[in-house]
Amino acid sequence: MTATVVQTGITNSLTQGQLHPRTPWVILGLSLAAAGGIVSLIASAVSSEFSLVGAIALGALFYLVSIVVISRLVEGSRKATDRFVTALVTGAFIIAMAPLVSLLFTVVVNGSARFDVEFFTSSMRNVVGEGGGAAHAIVGTLLMTGTAAIISIPIGLFTAIYLVEYGRGPLARAITFFVDVMTGIPSIVAGLFAFALFAIFFGPGVRMGFAGAIALAVLMIPVVVRSCEEMLRVVPNELREASYALGVPKWLTILNVVLPTSAAGIATGIMLSIARVIGETAPLLIVAGFTASMNYNLFAERMQSLPVFVFTSYSNQGVDTQAYLDRAWAGALTLILIVMLLNLVARIIARAFAPKLGR
Amino acid sequence: MTATDPKVLPVASQGKPKQRLGDIIFSRTSLISGSAILAILAAVAIFLVGQSLPAFVADPEDLIGSPASFGDYVWPLVFGTLWSATLALVMALPLAVGIALFISHYAPRRLAQILGYIVDLLAAVPSVVFGLWGIGVLAPAVLPAYTWLAENLGWIPLFAPPVSGTGRTILTAAIVLGVMILPVMTAICREIFIQTPVLHEEAALALGATRWEMITMAVLPFGRPGIISGAMLGLGRALGETMAVAMVLSATGVITINLVSSTNPSTIAANIALSFPEAYGINVNLLIATGLILFVITLIVNSIARYIVNRRKDFSGAN
Repeated sequence: MTATVVQTGITNSLTQGQLHPRTPWVILGLSLAAAGGIVSLIASAVSSEFSLVGAIALGALFYLVSIVVISRLVEGSRKATDRFVTALVTGAFIIAMAPLVSLLFTVVVNGSARFDVEFFTSSMRNVVGEGGGAAHAIVGTLLMTGTAAIISIPIGLFTAIYLVEYGRGPLARAITFFVDVMTGIPSIVAGLFAFALFAIFFGPGVRMGFAGAIALAVLMIPVVVRSCEEMLRVVPNELREASYALGVPKWLTILNVVLPTSAAGIATGIMLSIARVIGETAPLLIVAGFTASMNYNLFAERMQSLPVFVFTSYSNQGVDTQAYLDRAWAGALTLILIVMLLNLVARIIARAFAPKLGR
Repeated sequence: MTATDPKVLPVASQGKPKQRLGDIIFSRTSLISGSAILAILAAVAIFLVGQSLPAFVADPEDLIGSPASFGDYVWPLVFGTLWSATLALVMALPLAVGIALFISHYAPRRLAQILGYIVDLLAAVPSVVFGLWGIGVLAPAVLPAYTWLAENLGWIPLFAPPVSGTGRTILTAAIVLGVMILPVMTAICREIFIQTPVLHEEAALALGATRWEMITMAVLPFGRPGIISGAMLGLGRALGETMAVAMVLSATGVITINLVSSTNPSTIAANIALSFPEAYGINVNLLIATGLILFVITLIVNSIARYIVNRRKDFSGAN
């Protein structure tokens, strides 16, 4: 009994001159409530709608001012600066979240209007106005992205193996540097490259799915190299040395020890690189063109893809504008779902099969 | 030669590892793959140069919009590209540093990783979706703010009236670009902030520094190259970003720094995407030539960024 009384009676010199941990939250709540009240008063005065964004912005401003003033009075100027920056940094994060939330919300709301069976089963052939779908675009996207993956995964993986297992000296340094530079190639330049390459063989005005796949491969290779290289470097050297000590040749060591150990990470990296190129629009717009018809042949005729479908539905709105807009949003929703799914699966693989490094 | 020293040979061959066929094939394949990347990059440069040469020597009369010269066509595009990317960088850099600090030093440990994933989700959104969002949501939302700016701050050249009626100005495009380059910049800043030596941080805290003082004394000086290279990589992304700008911006091909009017300079990438499907003959070469200029600009920016990153071997730089 007495002990507790004594404990509460003593003022702790360590916590003196500090705000209670809960105080900032109370101030935040009060400022938001005050801002909400003021904004709703103004809204009723000029008879306009209550602005949630305005209320939150005003509340954040109130909080910023009051926390700095209170902290300066109780804790001193250095602590006040610290609290000010904490509020700013947290605010920066919330500001960055706003577009993401707004974007996802809009895409889901607008995209669900035409997110039906017909959208996935029919093409746009002979469709004017309502109806129609993106089956041809989805097939095109799968074909071109698949071909790009088939081209870039072996090149990327073997380059990563070269850099980690074999590469020494200036050539390896040059490859590392230019892979980094290659990650920065604008996607439209990759499209122009594929066009320039194919125009030599097939004449000007060439449009084909395979050229689109080449453009995507140029964008995909550096991403594959970077992620595979990172994963191969994580493999502990002890494993390689143990294998060499048993007399296993280098190539079998790589094949049977290094690659299986890093397989999960490599799979993750490859999925993320596919997720990156599957949403590319500009290069496909240039070299694969756009069409309303189904096309299964990579080597002839124009080929539609999902991102280009979204773009053309928006930019070439027909008579029935709403039908085209709905299709564009539904395409955007499909695209986001595919990309998110790829990301999610990649993360799950990475988490579930991560190598145990024995630490 | 070998015949002259027969005593040395057996010893040398004994110490030499046996060259297996599998080893040779494997090392050659990986070497060829690595070299293929250099070849591809060289091919990109060569084909772009080859296809754009006709545009440099062509009669300007034949070019799109028949400008007075090649330069007259290209210069507004270069200006628009640099101007929009700079605007995007100015808006996104403080935010990116703030977010990176929030994730690395402010958020609770358990939360930090999830927050990092959420920021990475922004990177996963395709640019064409950003374009749709920019027109459908952002442009109408910022229009009242533009009107207010033009009415009250119109004496500043940046906000000179008349204001655009659609909100599809270069500032809107720059905001979309800023959102798009945020994840890559955040990722690089975050990575280097996390690698700040813990002893430096603890020393600062032990001397009585507040969290912000610790950050200014230990984290930011250590992370400066990361911030710079992150900014350069973000700039490179913003320079080359195509679809979002092509969809959001309503361009007229003028040179102006006005942020809110309806006359805006276009960017190289957006101009290519919009003009290419209808282009023929010499104009295809013209567009490829502008693409070559874009390639060179981004190459310079990215090389500088990588040079700064690579000078510090402690961290890998790219995500």
